[in-house]
Amino acid sequence: MTFDWPTALPLIFAGLMGLAILIYVILDGFDLGIGILFAAAEDAEQDTMIAAIGPFWDANETWLVLAVGLLLVAFPMAHGTILTALYIPVFLLLVGLILRGVAFDFRAKVPAGKKHRWNRIFFLGSAMASLAQGYMLGVYVLGLDVGLGGMAFGALVALCLSAAYAAMGSAWLIYKTEGDLQRKAVRWLRTTLVLTALGMVAVSLATPFASPRIFDRWFVWPEIVYLSPLPIVSALLFLWLWRQTFHLPKPDDRHALRPFLTLAAIFALGFAGLAWSFYPYVVPDRLTIWQAASAPESLAFILVGTVVVLPIIIFYSFYAYRVFGGKATDLTYD
Amino acid sequence: MDPLILSRIQFGANISFHILFPAITIALGWVLLFFKLRYNATGDSAWMRAYFTWVKVFALSFAIGVVSGVTMSFQFGTNWPGYMETVGNIAGPLLAYEVLTAFFLEAAFLGIMLFGFRRVSNRIHTLATVLVAGGTTVSAFWIIALNSWMQTPAGFEMIDGKAHALDWWAVIFNPSMPYRLVHMLLASGLTVSFLIAGFSALRYLYGDRSESMWKALRTGVFAAAILIPIQIFAGDQHGLNTLEHQPQKIAAMEANWNTGANVPLVLFALPDEAAKENRFELAIPDGASLILRHSISGVVPGLNDYPGNHPPVLPVFWGFRVMVGTGILMLVVSWSAAFFLKRRHSLPKPLALIMVPMALSGWLATLAGWYTTEIGRQPWLVTGILKTAHAVGPVAGSHVALTLAVYLILYVLLLIAYLGVLVHLALKAAKEGDTSPLPGVMNAALSQPAAEE
Repeated sequence: MTFDWPTALPLIFAGLMGLAILIYVILDGFDLGIGILFAAAEDAEQDTMIAAIGPFWDANETWLVLAVGLLLVAFPMAHGTILTALYIPVFLLLVGLILRGVAFDFRAKVPAGKKHRWNRIFFLGSAMASLAQGYMLGVYVLGLDVGLGGMAFGALVALCLSAAYAAMGSAWLIYKTEGDLQRKAVRWLRTTLVLTALGMVAVSLATPFASPRIFDRWFVWPEIVYLSPLPIVSALLFLWLWRQTFHLPKPDDRHALRPFLTLAAIFALGFAGLAWSFYPYVVPDRLTIWQAASAPESLAFILVGTVVVLPIIIFYSFYAYRVFGGKATDLTYD
Repeated sequence: MDPLILSRIQFGANISFHILFPAITIALGWVLLFFKLRYNATGDSAWMRAYFTWVKVFALSFAIGVVSGVTMSFQFGTNWPGYMETVGNIAGPLLAYEVLTAFFLEAAFLGIMLFGFRRVSNRIHTLATVLVAGGTTVSAFWIIALNSWMQTPAGFEMIDGKAHALDWWAVIFNPSMPYRLVHMLLASGLTVSFLIAGFSALRYLYGDRSESMWKALRTGVFAAAILIPIQIFAGDQHGLNTLEHQPQKIAAMEANWNTGANVPLVLFALPDEAAKENRFELAIPDGASLILRHSISGVVPGLNDYPGNHPPVLPVFWGFRVMVGTGILMLVVSWSAAFFLKRRHSLPKPLALIMVPMALSGWLATLAGWYTTEIGRQPWLVTGILKTAHAVGPVAGSHVALTLAVYLILYVLLLIAYLGVLVHLALKAAKEGDTSPLPGVMNAALSQPAAEE
């Protein structure tokens, strides 16, 4: 195969979109997860939990805008097909994101008596958005099947993805907090980890059996050998993390960031598996990335900007995380 | 019900709700920078109090703007798949550049701007404020570029029913873009000026005579008084640009049915599209010719030249009148207030009472103006290329109706909560005056280690 831009550009953009989705799932995953954990936390803990994500959530959510934006701009055909098929779950996702986004700010600014209400809305919005994302993933994995089986499977993935986000949230809290809340976060992590593992197994099994094409991509010699590290390493990481939860927090708070990084690695492995399953389709078994792509001159124009700007974005995002490094305390406007 | 009309109402509701918040954040970022720079220059803590009061409004407006903006990026796909399929090659890159050059910049530095005062040096904090303000403005640049391209498309060719870009410069700086951008940036400036002036007037009425109240009040009133005549001039230029490129929109704005000279300026009327005439018309003879052609014998386009191809007349005609009327009221109120503040160093109570509801006059004028220009583009989604009716998706009307109802309820509740918080913040500031605590500003100890710079 010779190199030519019309072939390469959709591939590059599929890669960029995948990267944006993965970064989104990891970053917004932890702050959505903390929203879900709100239900299990006490008032004072809730303030600390908010402080642990306050300076970041906005930028985290921007990765979703980038991911959807790339789908919209690079694969306009797929954007319409996927989003009209997922009309109601997309709507629930958006309402969830609206509710939690505004609750985040309102809870800090309303008179003290009304704070409770916005805390509940924050939980509700976070849970709604996470469930909707999981449901959409489940339905997408089954090839946008919206029959009864698809809905049931979507519901299962919805629960598991929410648990996975809660696990990410717990891991982030282990890194950002101390004392009682940190110990509580370790217990939360242990519980949610089980459901996360269950969800990954469910998706991993359902994907190949729902589509003969995907089955053939995995269970053939010699691909199965090259691909085997994906499930094996994921399983080992799960086991290792599970064992770790019995030893955290460690003296001097060593390795507090490790649970988070481990979970991020597991997410990345699972994501790589999905990417392998669906390539070269952007709408499963219907539209390939080349069929759905925009015109080359438009993709080239975006690529120039992306190549210049994306490293800068990553650089200053790191800077922002550094400025707010360390344990979270009360968040004030100063 | 028909999914087309429901989708239009839904998108209209979303974008109307959304625009309220960028209309605030675009200019409020620069006002905050002004407060910050005054504090840096004078060391007067009243500037910083004004900053901290309004930075909360900024944070809240920004959050609502972000979440309602995310909604819209999905709705292109859920409700209007035909839009991206036809002009995705043009709209896509412009939206992508908005995300890349503006969204991330704003979002990353907003955290530092809001919560980082003690964690970074004063200079970095000021820089973060500049970057956030700049980000909101750059964001407006790309969105206005796309919207203007939909009004007056340029720099492209159609191949197999899809738009392909020929010249990106011509796409971005299309004929109406500079006018619309200036008009919108000034609109945002006025919205914020009246918001600040109005809420400061509320504090004034509650007996607050603190320095931070005076500083915010003066900033709001003087900025409004300076911006409104510029806006009236910019709006006139924008209108002349529309006359050149979208004459049917001008015909609807003026409710003028027949092309000709000596066209009167209709002040009041109920345009009747079926009968092709105006009822209860009250008009100034030769007025429209004079304004649009600067001569009483100037020829003004009429709706009858565009059968089946002109926008609905009633909403465009009245949208335009509400905008202009609000603008004139803004001129009168801001100049009166500026006069009293400059000459008498006081604010008469009746004027303060008028200024409180005028806090939302910017919203009213902005919405009315956008309705004029967007409904004025109909029946086209992209002028001459794609009709709105051809872009709508295959979603069932019942789904659209259900989601529309939930969005509407949500938006109304959020608006009530938003305004409630603004009033709460103003009254709290009024009560505390210059005694409100200023954590972190006055050499307060760090509560936690700051990052190295």
